[in-house]
Amino acid sequence: MKNETQEFKWVGKRPIRPDGVDKVTGRAKFGADMHLPGMLIGRVLRSPHAHARIRSIDTTKAASLPGVKAVVTGSDFPPPPPPVWQAAGEVPVNFRDLARNVMARDKALYDGHAVAAVAATSAAIAEEAIDLIEVDYEVLPHVIDVKAAMKPDAPLLHDDLFTDGVSPKPDKPSNIAKRMEFAVGDIEAGFSKADVVIEREFTTKPVHQGYIEPHACVVDSSEDGRLFIHCSSQGQFMVRQFCARVLDVEISKVTVVPAEIGGGFGGKTTVYLEPTAGLLSRITGRPVKMVMSRTEVFRASGPTSGGATKIKIGATKDGTITAAQATLAYQAGAFPGSPIGPGCMCAFAPYNIQNVNVVGHDVVVNRPKVAAYRAPGAPISEFGVECVIDEIAEKLSIDPIALREKNAARQGTKAYYGPTFGPIGFVETLEAAKQHPHYSAPLGENQGRGVASGFWFNIGGDSSASVHINEDGTATVIEGNPDIGGSRASLAQMAAEVLGIDYDKIRITVADTSSVGYNFLTGGSRVTFASGKAVIEAANGAISELCARAAKLWEIDADAVEWVDGEARPAGDNAGDFEPMPLSTIAGASGKTGGPISGHASLNVKGAGPGFGTHICDVEVDQETGRVSVIRYTAVQDVGRAIHPGYVEGQLQGGVAQGVGWALNEEYIYDKDGRLDNPGFLDYRVPVASDLPMIDTVLVEVPNPNHPYGVRGVGEVPIIPPMAAVANAISDALGVRLKDLPMSPPKVLASLSNGGSRTPS
Amino acid sequence: MDYKAPNSIDEAVKLLAEAKGAARVLAGGTDLLVQIRAGLAKPPLVVDVKNIPELRKISTDSDGIHIGAAVSGAELGEHDEVKAAWPGVVEATELIGSTQIQGRASLGGNLCNASPAADTVPALVAAGAICIIAGPDGQREAAVEHVATGPGQTTLKNGEFVTEFRLPKKLPRSADAYLRFIPRTEMDIAVVGAGVYLTLDEKGVCQQARVALGAVAPTVLLVGDGSKAIVGSSLDDAALDRLKAAASAACNPIDDKRGTVEFRVSVAGVLAKRAALIAKQRAEVN
Repeated sequence: MKNETQEFKWVGKRPIRPDGVDKVTGRAKFGADMHLPGMLIGRVLRSPHAHARIRSIDTTKAASLPGVKAVVTGSDFPPPPPPVWQAAGEVPVNFRDLARNVMARDKALYDGHAVAAVAATSAAIAEEAIDLIEVDYEVLPHVIDVKAAMKPDAPLLHDDLFTDGVSPKPDKPSNIAKRMEFAVGDIEAGFSKADVVIEREFTTKPVHQGYIEPHACVVDSSEDGRLFIHCSSQGQFMVRQFCARVLDVEISKVTVVPAEIGGGFGGKTTVYLEPTAGLLSRITGRPVKMVMSRTEVFRASGPTSGGATKIKIGATKDGTITAAQATLAYQAGAFPGSPIGPGCMCAFAPYNIQNVNVVGHDVVVNRPKVAAYRAPGAPISEFGVECVIDEIAEKLSIDPIALREKNAARQGTKAYYGPTFGPIGFVETLEAAKQHPHYSAPLGENQGRGVASGFWFNIGGDSSASVHINEDGTATVIEGNPDIGGSRASLAQMAAEVLGIDYDKIRITVADTSSVGYNFLTGGSRVTFASGKAVIEAANGAISELCARAAKLWEIDADAVEWVDGEARPAGDNAGDFEPMPLSTIAGASGKTGGPISGHASLNVKGAGPGFGTHICDVEVDQETGRVSVIRYTAVQDVGRAIHPGYVEGQLQGGVAQGVGWALNEEYIYDKDGRLDNPGFLDYRVPVASDLPMIDTVLVEVPNPNHPYGVRGVGEVPIIPPMAAVANAISDALGVRLKDLPMSPPKVLASLSNGGSRTPS
Repeated sequence: MDYKAPNSIDEAVKLLAEAKGAARVLAGGTDLLVQIRAGLAKPPLVVDVKNIPELRKISTDSDGIHIGAAVSGAELGEHDEVKAAWPGVVEATELIGSTQIQGRASLGGNLCNASPAADTVPALVAAGAICIIAGPDGQREAAVEHVATGPGQTTLKNGEFVTEFRLPKKLPRSADAYLRFIPRTEMDIAVVGAGVYLTLDEKGVCQQARVALGAVAPTVLLVGDGSKAIVGSSLDDAALDRLKAAASAACNPIDDKRGTVEFRVSVAGVLAKRAALIAKQRAEVN
């Protein structure tokens, strides 16, 4: 199935990643690997309460401990900026709330909310000082569950929060920050045409991105007010902007050096420690290092939302879906801003349905503010949709892939959320799944098979890149996106392809914010697509210059030179007049022909290609313990074109692994006081390697016409189908439909004793 | 915090007895170091017992097998004699943590950490293991089931520590087995653990049995009704159902983040039954 065409020399190949050697030898520098002379260690005091008014904070004892150089609380920060929403990551940001999430002001809004911080000469002293800070809390009633938070008598997190999107404007504050609705057609008429209508309610738990590297930074504030920030993030320009806003400094005074990143998955598209470290550094005049513990990562950094969804789908006997309705409520955590928007827009996007109604609610609860996580919002709504589609297929005795094919969105389908799809490969993924040997392989006792599909937009956005031709004929590519998925390799491959030089002649650098033009963060599956376009354009700029230099040496017109296979050739009337001139020769002579040769691009890239995937999952269920084992898994996805198929396959496998964890075991467990009871990898159960089979991948390539090589984003779609694929497989094995994630052994066992099984052991 | 690494049992006893405050014994450290790093334990003195030769030895004599309390899981897992005689104990040991943890984790640490979910303890209890305890008043012996009294609590007195485990001499047509339930496949802590030891006569009738359960009560349970359920039977379905019911009935678990009461009670019966079947199959061929 993989279309590893021979027309390209580098695109579609599997070279070793440029960052590989440093990563396997330990030479790569991650967030916590930076040490500066005179560096202090910062630590954060976090609220032990889910919801509490901060009456006062006494830092006297902490500040007088020898070795403590500074203690800060919310009142030491500049006043929070106005609450204006702006696009900043995959989900919008409001800098007032961001500032209050970084450090609590009048109220602590979740267990783990930062309330004070210290900088000291050692970690031990900083920790001792944290224990000496005295906070007088007035503990308030709290609310953890999304449905409970929506009730009129629920404890209110913010008394100035009024539900947006309803008219007239409410006169009472609410935990429902926003209501939104997407509708096409006539939903009631659509359901009235249906022969079968299924309505089900689902719940999903918040799940953490589970990156192995905790948040870490070193910030050095200079006497003239400049901030040097070394940290691990998904966007050095995001860190620059967020810190500038929270600390109220001009962007030109902030330089952010991107560290290697030990996993992000969306969770590092915001800041937690950097502004605090910046403030501590400003006060002490010394560099301050801050590193979260794993416990802090769980208590204080953002997972994705938990959700409560109601999905209703109607279809005629032949399997035509006539209407689809969804009501969604997403936990935003302590501040508004769950990914409810994409959740609403993605829910039914794989299907061409005439009558659709989706209503979404963004709801604040006393939990950490959510952050982006791979296709933010989409897995939560699509889980329920894909389960109901499966149930309709079962009820109508139609093959679940055939039912999806019958209703699949195709080129020209107008999505209910607005756009009309260009060339997309959903049907191709269904076809490939149907033809895959996995789909017809026999199943054993207590085994079942499930299918589910998924959709994600993918994005483009702002990207800048430079290509410098070195005097020996090698090239340097400078880009600005932290590499979380092999993007150095894919960008270097495209540069090599365009320049016509070998991949290993290219050195690619992820530059700091003062060394490359603006780049939107690494997220939205955008880098290989959008920054790839910037690299291609920069390389083409360098080629124009290379041709002009060759023309100069040949004393012919610049437009009479063409670039073929890494060398300048005379063209047109001059064709054959001169021997082709290789890049290295032109580069070596650049001093005589006009100086250094380079190309640059700063683009706003549009035309991201939507992504679709279809997964097949086999499970085996132990009916006596409720344990579900995933025994075979195949992920099919339209990837546009895989620049580096190995890393694309890795994205698919990684998304599935995280999705299986979401499906089976991952959940935040809160006690009755609203304290997180499992803030560690022992009891927050991400899958370990032995929990998963080898995940088979099939790369379908329906090129995106808006990219020179046809690239679509690939990193997010694969986390969408697994939850429903696993649930549908369990249903196939047991005849029981589970609707609440995670489908952990106690739940599976309870469902068996409540509902009985199809094939008792 | 002070750290000492004595070379003899007597020296260790002296250090522990004379310590001001609650000194802790360090073997592999796979629990203790985690507790110290998390701020859950702040011992004024840590006594590392890995340099005491007796605690690192495995030996066999007419009484059975002697296993030093600080022998690592990896060493035990590569010891053919122990594996052949007490496969359930070795399996239980090897379930702890990961390959890296196996290089450090010990039976002594697993017992004295006194977690109700300790994997080796139900296996050792089922096997009828005793431990040797050194202290200011000399040596004493105790059945493994009599060491822990509740989560984090033991009967060890000031200055005492476990030096050795003794597994009985293996009888013909006898075997043990241990199973645990975790939601994952590794790197987890038992939600339920079940160890079974049994002997069969030449006709396959169960002559003796010991059934022990972990993670279903404040301490590991030796389930007397479990052995009654199968002794005298040939482990037919009826006997196994009795065992399952007895194991479930013995449970006194809590609801926590690792499992519900209902789930633990139910799965304890299932695991006891399955472990008994494995032990039976092993006993039949040796």
